Amino acid sequence: MSIIILAIAEQRNGEIKKTSFETIRKSREIADELGGTLKALVIGNAINDAAKALGKYGAEQVITVNSDKLAHYSTTGYTKVVSEIVQKENAGFVFLSATALGKDLAPCVAARVDGAVAADCTELKVENDDIIATRPVYAGKALVDVKVEAPVKIFTLRPNVFPAGEPSGDEANVEEASVDISDDDLKAKVTEMTETSKGKLDVTEADIIVSGGRGLKSPDNFYLVEELADILGAAVGASRAVVDAGWRPHDEQVGQTGKTVSPALYIAMGISGAVQHLAGMSSSKYIVAINKDKDAPIFQVADYGIVGDALEIAPVLKEEFKKVLGK
Amino acid sequence: MKIAVCVSHVPDTETKVKIGSDGKTIDTSGVNYILNPYDEFAVEEALKIREKDGGEVVAVSLGEDANKETLRKALAMGIDKAVLLKDEHERDSYAVAKGIAEYLKSYEPDLIFVGKQSIDYDNLQVGGLIAEFLGLPSVSVAVKLEYADGKLKAEREIEGAHEHVEVTLPCVVAAQRGLNEPRYPSLKGIMQAKKKPIEEIEAAQAESRVKVLGMKKPPEKQPGKIVGEGVDAVPELVRLLREEAKVI
Ligand SMILES: Cc1cc2nc3c(=O)[nH]c(=O)nc-3n(C[C@H](O)[C@H](O)[C@H](O)COP(=O)(O)OP(=O)(O)OC[C@H]3O[C@@H](n4cnc5c(N)ncnc54)[C@H](O)[C@@H]3O)c2cc1C
Ligand SMILES: Nc1ncnc2c1ncn2[C@@H]1O[C@H](COP(=O)(O)O)[C@@H](O)[C@H]1O
Repeated sequence: MSIIILAIAEQRNGEIKKTSFETIRKSREIADELGGTLKALVIGNAINDAAKALGKYGAEQVITVNSDKLAHYSTTGYTKVVSEIVQKENAGFVFLSATALGKDLAPCVAARVDGAVAADCTELKVENDDIIATRPVYAGKALVDVKVEAPVKIFTLRPNVFPAGEPSGDEANVEEASVDISDDDLKAKVTEMTETSKGKLDVTEADIIVSGGRGLKSPDNFYLVEELADILGAAVGASRAVVDAGWRPHDEQVGQTGKTVSPALYIAMGISGAVQHLAGMSSSKYIVAINKDKDAPIFQVADYGIVGDALEIAPVLKEEFKKVLGK
Repeated sequence: MKIAVCVSHVPDTETKVKIGSDGKTIDTSGVNYILNPYDEFAVEEALKIREKDGGEVVAVSLGEDANKETLRKALAMGIDKAVLLKDEHERDSYAVAKGIAEYLKSYEPDLIFVGKQSIDYDNLQVGGLIAEFLGLPSVSVAVKLEYADGKLKAEREIEGAHEHVEVTLPCVVAAQRGLNEPRYPSLKGIMQAKKKPIEEIEAAQAESRVKVLGMKKPPEKQPGKIVGEGVDAVPELVRLLREEAKVI
């Protein structure tokens, strides 16, 4: 019997998230190496059309579960759906993105289907018909190789690590499955969703992040960081020092007790580079540091640095970016 | 109201990680341990609810004798009772959650708090697992909480938005930074905590399911180049980002 690999794709407001394409693409690769069948599962309401696109990233078949009760995420509701599909399909491996949804859902599903989770994986290898996962621990100060020993092996994949690649090939066949959802299954119910940063990108989802620290001197100077982020289509990040000072909101904090990010480019303006900050961003592909103090620890991890006053450099940097980007 | 708070005992955030001689865990010599930072928010929230609605707060930690230090910190903050679920062996989140869930079955709390994640293995799993083992709903990454008439309203942080969740008790809540400002233990609290007993119970057996094959350091990042000083270096920086790194 062929091995069934189930990858959970995620939608918000009816749109499939970019991280899901990354997860499907990696699941495809694993399915090929294991000689298994890859099925993707999307949960929502009226999402069959959007779900077809998953075929272009490698899903042979897409299962959807539609219900107005499932339009918004609910831990208990989605746990029930995923668990039932895992059991019905007899899936041995389950992949999710390590997003807010994936991180919340994975352990709940694991408990229900007799599985276990290797969380936030940054590498997956097939060896002897099994998967060896690499995952960061101690905020990325070390990595462990792990093997999941359970009937259902679940993996969450860190966003921005596995390339989604370009869409190609055919759309997938969509097969609708039904799962009974009663009110009792919605003990935790999402009643509303409020955007915290209207129209702004979250640091965990951004390809480029411009972050500011105490070196910016005052909350009033953060417009400099925002302008740079704007031009680059980047998210704004912050050190804990400026979050604690109330200059910036909590959800921008990068670091060990903030968010872990791995963008293609991380620009640190007036951030010293304390170990707790580095823990959250040192896996960024390219790091730029702008700091007045040439001995600041941030320069130890930066690919490119400028020693100087961030308040003077930011406006010039903005103009230069505008020039080369033709904006 | 009976509230349980799960607290883990973890290396300080300043810790320089060295791989231990077994090649699978860290070298713990000289490592300073603390109450997991997210669990401070969990303890604080439990105390706030008790102060408003009355009841009892018990802190539970699963692990070695050393975890008592963390339980004492929770006692010093003001919890009523501390329980150590003893096990000298390393456990993964699954086995930790099994052990804690077994204990909670007999304690029967109305509300269970955990932290968003333990800053050692960064698993973010124990809360969800405990909830399911007990057949309860859970809310993770809670940044706001209101409790009234047996119902909890919570806001959980997701990418670029907050989800407003309504949930009935009993349930599990995982605390995230932003939920509150944890109190500092008072001197009196610290003195009293030293005298309070810590209940010790053998943790229920459970097998770890995520097996660590080996631990390694991430590839060392080479310090890059200082492009220059002041605004004059800007054009060269932008050129490098565009032509060498190809990221803009
Ligand atoms: C338990 C715990 C958890 C923590 N978690 C986090 C976390 O998640 N994230 C985090 O960021 N921190 C965290 N910290 C805090 C961390 O230790 C540092 O205090 C914090 O990162 C410092 O922020 P900063 O770099 O903005 O400020 P500072 O350390 O004050 O650095 C400011 C920098 O700006 C430079 N500067 C000053 N003026 C200028 C100028 N005009 N132009 C350019 N540069 C200038 C200075 O040279 C200095 O390097 C944590 C700490 C603890 C104890
Ligand atoms: N050994 C433990 N004892 C008690 N609580 C724990 C333990 N490990 C984890 N927890 C709780 O579970 C939360 C999430 O941990 P984790 O899933 O390991 O990231 C922590 O913030 C603690 O509240």
